[in-house]
Amino acid sequence: MDPSPPPHQHASFAEGLTLECGQHLAPIDIAYRTYGSLNAARSNAVLVCHALTGDQYVAEPHPVTGKPGWWESVVGPGRPIDTDRYFVVCSNVLGGCMGSTGPLSPRDNGTPWGPDFPPVTMADMVRAQAMLIDALGIERLFCVIGGSMGGMQVLQWAASFGPRVFAAVPIAAAAHHSAQNIAFNEVSRQAIAADPDFAAGRYWATGTVPARGLAVARMMAHITYLSETALSRKFGRRLRGADAGATMFDDIFEVESYLRHQGSSFVRRFDANSYLTITRAMDWFDLAADHDGDLSRAFAGSRTRFCLVSFSSDWLFPTAQSRVVAQALNRSAANVSFVEIRSDKGHDAFLLEEPDFFTTLAGFLSGCAEHAGIK
Amino acid sequence: MRVDLRFIAEMIEPGTRVLDIGSGDGSLIEHLFRENGCDARGIEIDMAAVTHAVAHGLPVMHGDADNDLSQYPDGAFDYVVLSRTLQAVERPREVLRQMLRIGTRALVSFPNFGHWQVRWRLVMSGRMPMTRTWARPWYETPNIHPCTVLDFCELCAQEGYRVERWLAIDEAGRKSPWRRYLWLANMFGEQALFLLRKA
Repeated sequence: MDPSPPPHQHASFAEGLTLECGQHLAPIDIAYRTYGSLNAARSNAVLVCHALTGDQYVAEPHPVTGKPGWWESVVGPGRPIDTDRYFVVCSNVLGGCMGSTGPLSPRDNGTPWGPDFPPVTMADMVRAQAMLIDALGIERLFCVIGGSMGGMQVLQWAASFGPRVFAAVPIAAAAHHSAQNIAFNEVSRQAIAADPDFAAGRYWATGTVPARGLAVARMMAHITYLSETALSRKFGRRLRGADAGATMFDDIFEVESYLRHQGSSFVRRFDANSYLTITRAMDWFDLAADHDGDLSRAFAGSRTRFCLVSFSSDWLFPTAQSRVVAQALNRSAANVSFVEIRSDKGHDAFLLEEPDFFTTLAGFLSGCAEHAGIK
Repeated sequence: MRVDLRFIAEMIEPGTRVLDIGSGDGSLIEHLFRENGCDARGIEIDMAAVTHAVAHGLPVMHGDADNDLSQYPDGAFDYVVLSRTLQAVERPREVLRQMLRIGTRALVSFPNFGHWQVRWRLVMSGRMPMTRTWARPWYETPNIHPCTVLDFCELCAQEGYRVERWLAIDEAGRKSPWRRYLWLANMFGEQALFLLRKA
């Protein structure tokens, strides 16, 4: 993590928020970015929810890495989420490390929360987003959209604040984290905990960061975002500069050096305690359990127009899990579109160039805009 | 829009809730939304068609008549439409039951296997009849449950469905439809359309 992060645009809430765990967190900051402009009727706002390791820099170069925004192909002028038409808001989740209150934030005594940061849930993250939306003077969101963990937040928005959501687009998401997903997260967390530099989460005291542990966590997780086909196409069994002197344990395969690069570049922009906090929030997410085991009750009487999108090669959040959500929405007689996009790029497909996905998204939003009376 | 869909649209009251099973490219639900102010939604089994429809702003979900009707609550729709699909589903009787559970009325169109050309060809050639309506050879047709107009009427009677309206048309819909005598419709109608509700 950069020791002197640049200041991020944020809203501060002195009154704070009482979390689901019962702890009151105050004050809280929510860092956010906006694109496009809010119309006079304040009816064209689109909230984009980011995934586990994403942040609010959706459609502009990232201030830490300098890389393009994580969804620049989707959000922008003339893009599927057209900023000439919609006012796009994206905030860093509560518990994050890009300016919103999280484990890096100082507590009263001036030291960071670190491992003592209270457990936050998807519902807490969404309530913090709702405070920001209130502060921006927006009563009803035209659309809430997000992929992966962002899609979980979309479902949570529809369940918690249904009347404030005209349209909802959960992409490559699920109504709960499966045992397999929890298992992968646990391996990531154990990799972090096993790094001696983790120092029980108080690494600022030793002046280190658990870079190796966090990098391994990211490498492992990154595999789950891809598909075998995508990995084979991209790397196959190609060797990186066939070096006669290399031993079996050097990074001789291209896929290895790719993963190492993914790991090391991630460490520069992400905080390990944030990673632990957010993966836990994902694991705890279970929208049906919050409604007596019946997912359809989460959406009872919903007037929101839903568009569920899954990708055929996504094995982390497979189509079957989107279908469970679609069927629950049918049970509550909600308005649902449900599309599985053919792609061999795995879970990551929602972040990549997928023309069918783009046309589906643009068309769904245009159709909804017509119903909502947005020009 | 296909001729039979136009006849279906004419039977649907404006401003109602409609589910179109097998909505294809979504032209019926688009018509019902734009012209009749209906809350019209679709289910479609072909993913390319679903993507096409959603990309045109229409609420369509991937699913099929045999498996995806049971989730809807009772009386969720005023009309449930099944056009030219009944003969291709696995359990037509169960699909009809589900349609009239989740909807007040069912609109069902199907190709009539009692058409004189079908009868003639079977009798004269002794082989599975092929006509412009029944155009695919027996080994690759999706139509596993063909029926005649009279067969369908008998099933409706058995199940206690009231036929509120019916008509039969030729494939291109050029001639005016048969609406009076069932036996004539069963002989000359290539496509039949029924508006049903529970008796």
